[in-house]
Amino acid sequence: MNHSPSADSSMPLAARKIYVSLDTTARSKGSDNIATQVDKILSSQPDLAATLVRNGSRGMFWLEPLLEINTAKGRVAYGPVTPKDVSDIINQQCFDDVVEHPLCLGFTEELPWFKSQQRLTFARVGIIDPIDVDDYISHGGFVGLTNALAKTPQQLVDEVKDSGLRGRGGAAFPTGIKWQTVLDEPEQQKYIVCNADEGDSGTFADRMLMEGDPLVLVEGMIIAGLSVGANQGYIYLRSEYPQAQHILNQAIKNAKAAGYLGENICGSEHSFHLEVRLGAGAYICGEETSLLESLEGKRGLVRAKPPLPAIEGLFGQPTVVNNVISLASVPYILSHGGASYRDFGMGRSRGTLPIQLAGNIAQGGLVELAFGITLNELLQQYGNGCKSKRAMRSVQVGGPLGAYLPAEQWHTALDYEEFASIGAVLGHGGIVAFDDTVDMAAQARFAMEFCEVESCGKCTPCRIGSVRGVEVIDKIISTDNDEQQRQDSVNLLHDLCDTMEFGSLCAMGGMTPFPVRSALKYFPDDFLPQPSTEKAQ
Amino acid sequence: MAATNEQGLLQIATIIEQHQSLPGAMLPILHAIQDDLSFIPSNALPLIAKALNVSKAEVHGVISFYHHFRSEKPGTHVIEVCRGESCQAMGSRALEQNIKQRLAIDYHQTSKDRQYTLEPVYCLGNCACSPAMRIGDDIHGELDQQKFEQILESLNTYSLELK
Ligand SMILES: Cc1cc2nc3c(=O)[nH]c(=O)nc-3n(C[C@H](O)[C@H](O)[C@H](O)COP(=O)(O)O)c2cc1C
Ligand code: SF4
Ligand code: FES
Repeated sequence: MNHSPSADSSMPLAARKIYVSLDTTARSKGSDNIATQVDKILSSQPDLAATLVRNGSRGMFWLEPLLEINTAKGRVAYGPVTPKDVSDIINQQCFDDVVEHPLCLGFTEELPWFKSQQRLTFARVGIIDPIDVDDYISHGGFVGLTNALAKTPQQLVDEVKDSGLRGRGGAAFPTGIKWQTVLDEPEQQKYIVCNADEGDSGTFADRMLMEGDPLVLVEGMIIAGLSVGANQGYIYLRSEYPQAQHILNQAIKNAKAAGYLGENICGSEHSFHLEVRLGAGAYICGEETSLLESLEGKRGLVRAKPPLPAIEGLFGQPTVVNNVISLASVPYILSHGGASYRDFGMGRSRGTLPIQLAGNIAQGGLVELAFGITLNELLQQYGNGCKSKRAMRSVQVGGPLGAYLPAEQWHTALDYEEFASIGAVLGHGGIVAFDDTVDMAAQARFAMEFCEVESCGKCTPCRIGSVRGVEVIDKIISTDNDEQQRQDSVNLLHDLCDTMEFGSLCAMGGMTPFPVRSALKYFPDDFLPQPSTEKAQ
Repeated sequence: MAATNEQGLLQIATIIEQHQSLPGAMLPILHAIQDDLSFIPSNALPLIAKALNVSKAEVHGVISFYHHFRSEKPGTHVIEVCRGESCQAMGSRALEQNIKQRLAIDYHQTSKDRQYTLEPVYCLGNCACSPAMRIGDDIHGELDQQKFEQILESLNTYSLELK
């Protein structure tokens, strides 16, 4: 963490380390091949006396595969690296300082993109060996738990309330209040369920955290257990994340061996058991009651509320359901105090949000910042515009149920209430950029199609409305209709959206109108019948 | 729905035995069966139903609810192409058309030579490097037609040569 130049710059040989990420996206860009190459060099040149560490990703994905070397002055980054660059980078000198090399980017933590972030929840992601309990502890891990063990459940819940933390899964419900409800239920079997279904397109913060620092999630879940009196936790992980599954299971095993999970954790009278369960490719299972049905082994049909899961949740027992990032923010709150977390942010959005820049963006990745930064700053300063180098035209924030926003709305600050005031949602913090070749009628149509594919089928407005929605949009853009017919179809689409919004049991049907209506509102020309070849102009 | 042979049934019986005492054992059992046999055979249903004390129809209901579970044996390689918005922003709509043409199959179909099964998927969490697809446990990003061809080639050089 320390990147200020030290007086004595020689590095003890034992501390020589080379970092190559095992994060899914880093791997998709070839980091495994880089790691293989590093291994080869280190075994053929034992005098280098360095070890290879597979870490999470720093989240600067346009620079992956990133290779980092720790020097006495801090970690030095090289990227994006190809296998044939590796032998050129690694030598006796590279452990001393920044060197002259075309791929050398300087000290990782001095890179402006990284340095300007406020990484509280992601403090260790991309830094430590994700499954090494000692590495976790040496970077401040389990301090929150140690503090928690000295507090009463009510004190713990109060600390979380004090932090102002609101659920990061999308609905932004205050976490402390949810926990209070579970704590207030009489003593009985209670559960902590981590929602790791991360179904929203354009989001990957949960994945990066589970791959890069799974122990912070484990710690957060143990603290949640202590807070409400639950001794069993489940992580409901989407099956699309095989690497996260692999890493989580190893981390849980290691935490157990070190006495942090199981009976009498850390020598206390408390127990906490934790298990990863896999979803099976159903977006709706991210909705908390559908998720609970799925965990119970059933079809993921959404349950009517009440009863709240906090009162009758998993197997009918009081259950905390929280998103990965919500739970992973708790150790910081317990180690630094709720007030310290609350000091970040604006209005009623306290703390930080791990923002994900995705889609057609030059510098895609993870940016953790206090609430309050504007979309524009994110898209330009961090994202650096479109990857295609074309003009950016539209961004979708908050996943497939989030609104599409045109440039005139990008001055909006990332804040739950600010977004609500323009008819948009922040959701899980995913931002997907589109350039000027996008066909917004096609995007609106897809929103309906997605709802059709992923609807749990329980209510008619969602199940049937989405099918009708696709048909109506097809009619609107069809060149076979006259203007009157087209206008009728547009009106029909609005009626349909009303029916879905007000007649659906959950946000799947209830919010599908968001992307549809915003596309229609801000990009009406795209819905005019026109030969599709002219769209880009 | 396709069935499995004696050997497969033995594997299934073992899996059920290992998992049935878990609370909410249904999904763990279905996953384990599909991981081992690549699909969930029709003759597994009565065994699962009996072990979990539910009806066969209920097991079938669960299998059909989840996109991930399949009742037919897939091709050697299951190719899951991301249809999510981030990938759309990077050209996945054209790419998926090309892939369908290249493999001469639509989604949910298996190629005649039984090499490939094509499935849609809605986000692989690789959205900073869209478009993405998954084959086995490997996630590929920044795809275009050329990269797709290279990956196909690396998958199965031998069988491609035979064509
Ligand atoms: C259709 C739908 C999909 C959802 N998907 C997710 C998801 O993938 N991950 C998540 O954490 N929450 C998701 N949610 C929100 C959950 O229902 C629930 O609010 C959340 O898990 C509560 O945790 P939090 O308070 O920590 O955010 C979804 C909600 C709906 C309606
Ligand atoms: S709105 Fe859709 S997904 Fe939600 S309960 Fe109704 S049918 Fe199911
Ligand atoms: S939308 Fe394709 S990987 Fe996320």
